[in-house]
Amino acid sequence: MLRTGILLFVMFAATALPAQPRIPVLSFDELDKLMNQPNDTLYVFNFWATWCAPCIKELPHFDSLGRRYAGQKLKVVLVSLDFEDELETKLRPFAQKRKLRSTVVLLNPGRGGEWIDRVSPAWSGAIPATVFVRGSSATRDFYEKQFEFAELNTIVQQILGEQE
Amino acid sequence: MKRLIVLTSLFMCTLTILPVLAGYQVGDVATDFKLKNIDGKMVSLSDYPESKGFIVIFTCNHCPYAVMYEDRIIELQTKFAAQGYPVVAINPNSANKQPKDSYANMITRAEEKSFNFPYLHDETQAIAKAYGATRTPHIYLLQRQGEDLKVAYIGAIDDNARKADDVEARYLEDAITALESGAKPDPDFTKAVGCTIKWE
Repeated sequence: MLRTGILLFVMFAATALPAQPRIPVLSFDELDKLMNQPNDTLYVFNFWATWCAPCIKELPHFDSLGRRYAGQKLKVVLVSLDFEDELETKLRPFAQKRKLRSTVVLLNPGRGGEWIDRVSPAWSGAIPATVFVRGSSATRDFYEKQFEFAELNTIVQQILGEQE
Repeated sequence: MKRLIVLTSLFMCTLTILPVLAGYQVGDVATDFKLKNIDGKMVSLSDYPESKGFIVIFTCNHCPYAVMYEDRIIELQTKFAAQGYPVVAINPNSANKQPKDSYANMITRAEEKSFNFPYLHDETQAIAKAYGATRTPHIYLLQRQGEDLKVAYIGAIDDNARKADDVEARYLEDAITALESGAKPDPDFTKAVGCTIKWE
């Protein structure tokens, strides 16, 4: 019941949140459910961590993306790979200080790296990494790289444009 | 038209990153190299003609995942150099992109941690590209077969970066055990979270 609650929260949380009231901790199976919703919303999952310098550089672009497409069928989810026992000491203070407006979740995938292939076989495990997912068009575009805003915007326009 | 441009630019993007993503798969013959160690001397795999193989580890100073494995890499060298599989650590990161990974900082870190293995500087990043390393830490276990050094295992050291005490699967050690008993490592390829290599 609690898990369903967390999932519902992540699925429906508005893009313009106040400074991160909650950061749910998800197992990979729970994240996988979010990544496989059969609707026409374009989900942008960015894998990052507070210890990853290139990730931190590109984070504002993901927030900008959420703002640019507010009101459209696009949702940015910042998937932190910080350690669960550092949620309160590192992740939450970081999210508050940077005033992150996108939904933030903490992924605790457990041991091993088998889950990495389930995000994308093209992912080596290095971060930053980003996957664009839209269930209705079976879109799953994966990038293991640091983004600039213009590139993100181009990819989103391309995917949203396919609908018309 | 717009779509064509987007597709073309994405395609060109793919082309540019391909040389980085290429590299070795299990069974390929690994190249030797001549890279500068923290003591200023050049080190090659051919300096160890008696070895049965090598544990080549692409790692660095700054990445928390690399740091979490430092003590385990020291233990690997203690345990496996004597068994014929010495550790050779290589820092492939551009100091321009990540100043903490400069050659001077490699020396400092090696002294702080009393590294018992060579810690080499891949200044041109050519070896990381040849091997196909994408992250730190990224391990390539090599096995000597006649004149060649063949890649026998690629991936992570074990299944728990954060807690060495809580490791269940020791992929790398199990791979060496398999080689020693004449078997093929299983798994021979694993993935793990790590830091991107900081390309120039």
